[in-house]
Amino acid sequence: MSCSIKNFSKDVVIINELGLHARAAARIAEIVQNAKLNVWIIRDDDKADAASVIDLLTLGCSKDSTVTVKIDYPSDIDTLNRIVELIENGFGE
Amino acid sequence: MSDNDTLEIMLKGIGASSGICIGKAYLVDKEGVNVVKKYSITEADLENEKNRFKTAVKKATDELHAIIEETPEDFQEHANILEIHLVLLRDKMLYGKALETIEKEWVNAEWALKKVVSKLQGMFKNMSEVYLRERAADIVHVSDHIMRNLVGAEHANIKDIDKRVILVADDLSPAETSQIQLEQIMGFVTDLGGATSHTGIIARTLEIPAVLGLDNATETISNDDVIIVDGTTGEVVIHPDEETLVKFVERRIKYEAHRAAIVRGGYLPANTADGITLQIMGNIGLPEEVVSVKNYGGDGIGLYRTEFQYLGHSRFPTEEQLFDKYRDVAEVMAPKPVTIRTLDINGDKAVARHSDPTEKNPALGLRGIRYCLKKTEVFKTQLRAILRAAAFGNIRILFPMISSLDEIIEAKKMLDQAAYSLEKEDAEFDKNIGIGVMIEVPSAVIMADVIACEADFFSIGTNDLIQYTLAVDRGNRHVSHLYQPLHPAIMRMLRRVSDVARDTGVKLFMCGEMAGNPVYVPILLGLGMDELSMNPRSIPAVKRVIRSLKTGETRDFVEDVLRETTSEGIMKLVWDAYGDILSNVQLAEAERGK
Repeated sequence: MSCSIKNFSKDVVIINELGLHARAAARIAEIVQNAKLNVWIIRDDDKADAASVIDLLTLGCSKDSTVTVKIDYPSDIDTLNRIVELIENGFGE
Repeated sequence: MSDNDTLEIMLKGIGASSGICIGKAYLVDKEGVNVVKKYSITEADLENEKNRFKTAVKKATDELHAIIEETPEDFQEHANILEIHLVLLRDKMLYGKALETIEKEWVNAEWALKKVVSKLQGMFKNMSEVYLRERAADIVHVSDHIMRNLVGAEHANIKDIDKRVILVADDLSPAETSQIQLEQIMGFVTDLGGATSHTGIIARTLEIPAVLGLDNATETISNDDVIIVDGTTGEVVIHPDEETLVKFVERRIKYEAHRAAIVRGGYLPANTADGITLQIMGNIGLPEEVVSVKNYGGDGIGLYRTEFQYLGHSRFPTEEQLFDKYRDVAEVMAPKPVTIRTLDINGDKAVARHSDPTEKNPALGLRGIRYCLKKTEVFKTQLRAILRAAAFGNIRILFPMISSLDEIIEAKKMLDQAAYSLEKEDAEFDKNIGIGVMIEVPSAVIMADVIACEADFFSIGTNDLIQYTLAVDRGNRHVSHLYQPLHPAIMRMLRRVSDVARDTGVKLFMCGEMAGNPVYVPILLGLGMDELSMNPRSIPAVKRVIRSLKTGETRDFVEDVLRETTSEGIMKLVWDAYGDILSNVQLAEAERGK
């Protein structure tokens, strides 16, 4: 899992059947709790605060949509990697 | 509270259960929560107000934690939903924004919460995906919880209704209906649902008037409004004036007199004019309804829906609890048969706290026998209870949602295992019980000849069979008009099952809504049904129709029916041939809303 440190973001495709549903969003939000600054999930022109399940849901990410995970603070790279890994594993579903 | 100056309003919906009632409206889950007052907070009190909000959220969090804690392992899926509610309680977009609104606008916490939630709801309502649109419900649920703690209102619970009321709701979930203190409810009014929805079925079984599918009843009707519900015509009148009241009271008297006349004939056997006797049975969901089956002259229980005992509780019922109820019913009905259908959960009737809201298509999902064969412990508990109760009466078992041969074989194997385990314990039970298969999936119709080898009787569940065959969701108002029991495809399917039953010697029963509607009786008789099972209230009318028919004639009639190519054509045939008899029982109303 490489990731461009330069802009602290990584693209990832949602692979699980249900897309970014509530439980999945809750797991992301949980990881983000450890972040120092904001973590964003970006889809097209929409940007959601990854700490908010509600905000994540409003992105309406279905299966096969590509999202960008972005961090505002370099030390949160660990958070970013964990989120990317979670999404790549289809939230373990 | 109905002011004299309030205008009479008439709404028209789907009459789902006939009868007329006049009483006060009770809006479910809204009391104390729906009216949100707005007032200003002084700068000095802002901290206090924010703390008040935080305390309400904290309380909600603690309450949810407590519920999750006492949720047994088996209900993990439900606990997962509650975990999400926990996260939502503290979500920036809800919690953070509400606090921000208090701070910025100097308003009370209730108003701030309402404002934030309305905005969120708006966002979700416009989303294209059904799943996401429905998440708005989770947010509303969570915010209602906070609101209750803020307002200090007691959790408005359907269980706590302590006056005779007419229930008004957006929709009533099976879990909610199972909690209702039935004796307190005079009638049902809902925004959603149709004649064959869950609420409709419950209302008919309980014999209380219901008007469903009104779209905006909950917005138009306020708590304690005086309303009239006419479940026969589908009319609901809010704030009726003197004249209207008199009109409907007269209508009610007439209706009740008419019912009484039909009921008096209920005790006579259902003998056709040429001497064939049909068994006319009652469908029940609650053991208490046995009384109603007996009162209306039923020849037994043709369908005992066992889901209700699983609803509205935080854990699965124990074998003893199930056994007690089954034995009660068996003893009261003995020696008449009681047909117990094993647990048939679906999206509609999901076991409370055990439903998976992410299931997009529950009608085609894990339900009925599929669920039971997967959750073998739950299934075995029920099978043991049934076998034990069989020692106290005439019990038959009915497996729902069978779609292939291996399912019935597997179910019977588990029944044998249950019997074996009871034998080892020296328990009192009876394993010689009739085994039936619900014919409600099209594949079961096609495979009927094969499935027949494993069954003593077939029971045709028309509600699902029609839904699956015609691909029509009977609860969806937009397509419910396509739900046609007289569709030629349905006629051919019934004919197929009837032929198989005759050739294999398997008994043929029907327990769907169709069986209780006098209009269909000539066809069902001609198809050679041995038993018809229906909501108890329909028993007298169906018996009355049967007594005026000749089996030989109806057999020929079915041949004509099968030659027809449209539902309308078949309906016309029925009325041309049997219109006199049918209007004689004056149950043209039975056709309403279909």
